[in-house]
Amino acid sequence: MNSALSEALAELPELVRAHLLVSGSAILIGVAVGLPLAIWAAGDRRARTPLLGLAGLIQTIPALALLALFYPMLLIAADVSGLAIPALGFLPALIALSLYALLPILRNGVAALQGVDPAVLEAADGVGMTRRQRLTMVELPLGAPVILAGIRTAAVWTIGAATLATTVGQSSLGNLIFSGLQTENWVRVLVGCAAAAALALAVDGLLALVESGLARRSRWRIRLGLAGIAAALGLAFLPIAAAGGGGETVVIGAKNFSEQYILASVIERRLQAAGYRTERRDNLGSTVAYEALAAGDIDVYVDYSGTLWTNILQRRDTPPPEAMRAALAEALRTRNGVRLLGPLGFENAYALAMRGERARALGVRTLDDLAGPAPRLRLGADLEFLTRPEWRSVREAYGLRFAEQRSYSPTFMYRAIADGSADVISAFSSDGRIAALDLVLLADPRRALPSYDAVLLVSPDHSEDRRLVEALRPLIGAIPVERMREANLMVDRDDDKMTPAEAARWLDPFTGRN
Amino acid sequence: MTSPPLVELEGLTRRYGDRAALERVSLNIGSGEFVALVGPSGSGKTTLLKSINRLVEPDEGIIRLGGRDVCERPVAELRRGIGYVFQGIGLFPHMDVAENIWMVPRLSGAAATGRDARVAELLELVALPPEFASRMPRALSGGQAQRVGVARALAAGPKLMLMDEPFGALDPVTRDDLGRAYRSVHDRLGLTTIMVTHDMAEALLLADRVVVLIDGRIRADATPAALVSGWNDPDVQALIEVPRRQAQALARLTP
Repeated sequence: MNSALSEALAELPELVRAHLLVSGSAILIGVAVGLPLAIWAAGDRRARTPLLGLAGLIQTIPALALLALFYPMLLIAADVSGLAIPALGFLPALIALSLYALLPILRNGVAALQGVDPAVLEAADGVGMTRRQRLTMVELPLGAPVILAGIRTAAVWTIGAATLATTVGQSSLGNLIFSGLQTENWVRVLVGCAAAAALALAVDGLLALVESGLARRSRWRIRLGLAGIAAALGLAFLPIAAAGGGGETVVIGAKNFSEQYILASVIERRLQAAGYRTERRDNLGSTVAYEALAAGDIDVYVDYSGTLWTNILQRRDTPPPEAMRAALAEALRTRNGVRLLGPLGFENAYALAMRGERARALGVRTLDDLAGPAPRLRLGADLEFLTRPEWRSVREAYGLRFAEQRSYSPTFMYRAIADGSADVISAFSSDGRIAALDLVLLADPRRALPSYDAVLLVSPDHSEDRRLVEALRPLIGAIPVERMREANLMVDRDDDKMTPAEAARWLDPFTGRN
Repeated sequence: MTSPPLVELEGLTRRYGDRAALERVSLNIGSGEFVALVGPSGSGKTTLLKSINRLVEPDEGIIRLGGRDVCERPVAELRRGIGYVFQGIGLFPHMDVAENIWMVPRLSGAAATGRDARVAELLELVALPPEFASRMPRALSGGQAQRVGVARALAAGPKLMLMDEPFGALDPVTRDDLGRAYRSVHDRLGLTTIMVTHDMAEALLLADRVVVLIDGRIRADATPAALVSGWNDPDVQALIEVPRRQAQALARLTP
């Protein structure tokens, strides 16, 4: 069996459990909130329109945006209330998914209750049922098929949308999909999609069994369906007891590209060797990752000095690397209590790159040299480069004007320079494809671009944790850029692809020494 | 009437917008009477009937049942003591015939041990075979369903039966059949029945007493015989004319 598949399958049980936990809880909350609201709305015309409108409005927000919205909202809530509300992970995912589950349950619930034959309601009143008896003995049983159809819709949506919970740091089957997309590891993407689809179909099937049981007054169908659902939830709520006894758990963050996955795996290997249990929060957005560390939602991750300098400290100057790191360490400590442990030894900088032969033919070695031929050349950039302050300062410092500028996702940007659709690209200096495609990085003599040393950051809670710091310190200065490039290439290349964990084993400077 | 009336209505008024469905209606109904409420559509007869079990709340007036104001008791308890049958029938579609019939005793907290015997007894009373107990309502014809509706209304042994166009949706033969069957149940059990109908012939043939409502007022209150022999009100007379002319026409057809 190929290693990507076996690795994905090994992660599967825990991800299925996490996926069921977050989506199952969301559906339960959706039912617990949605049904009473439906009962209220069905009986009260003034409540109905605003409630259904609000639920419909929530539904129009893309699920990904809804999840992303709860991160800042919970940060603010934690700030205002002074409570330790976790802004990342289970809570924001649960709230967003519960809201998402609400509409079909509410809408079908209202339709179910309003759809009960008026003659039957008149009979219920006529025989002397109280409002509550009428609801429980007549309206809910008669509305049950439509109510259940709503719950089925909500379950399928929620299980699908729960894959997006990965982006706010809640483990789910999305972990496989997102990391697979980033590293172009389609086996992982397929395993993640197939598992999420199978889960949705299985839950839908069990609920369909309950629904048909209600319609046919068949108790065994109802019991079997409910037992299946209860078993699934029971498994999901089981604690992760089997995850290796004892040891404190450290949460490692990673942004959404190959190098970050590999480095997170290297850190994980170090910490496990030191006796820690580890958890991962992959695919965090650039600013989310830092805020999550500052808030203690993650304990350690790798960021880049220039990114922190411009994004977090809002600085526009470009001091030399050592000075920048020192200033950064001081600023992050006073600002959030975050500890900058030190540089890993390589830089992942924005740099303009050209194919070697083309650069030699044009006599271009530095950005100064590029200014002359630039009006005849085409620039390919990644999706954010052209809007970043770095591009503005490079453009102004060297007076660069290109014949054409285009944005690509990183993979396609490298394809574009390989097949000649672009002459210059905004490369990442630690990218393995630089060597593989024989690209040269153009020097930046005017220091328009800040340095982007990879630095190890530790959360405020662990900044004085000696054992943790000692476990991580050996990584400082231990990863030269050539090795990082090679490890990145192992994951990014098309043939003989490795998984980030395999690349991490190769990259880990202490492999074999444990 | 020597005993006090079972049902007393006093100055009953009910308005829908600025249209009055009932205009200061007073009426006494004695125990054991079979009273038909007749009138054209919108005359207020259904409003009057439903005021008694409080499915409609009047704007003004008092209703007493056995001498007690109907508003004194919790509404659910009041309704459990009154049989109610209506055109829509409204059998609970997710319950079988026995569960439907046993509903009022169940709501009143009767022990389930007496259920099967009582259901069989009630099915017999409305002339349905005992094996109907386990049938679902959707498996019944219209006439059978309304027989179950009557059995359900009788289950807790009420003294008063309120019937709102009970046989209105049935075909003429079934309707006639059920009407006469119910009349015999009324007599056998010594019930008091108030039945709304827009069919004057049905009223004249089934009831002991016919109350004609037009535009929210009582315009006639008499025995069928007295009404048929002529009434000094052109609107009432017009209502009675229809079945009488039909009867005469039918008589002429007989050789």
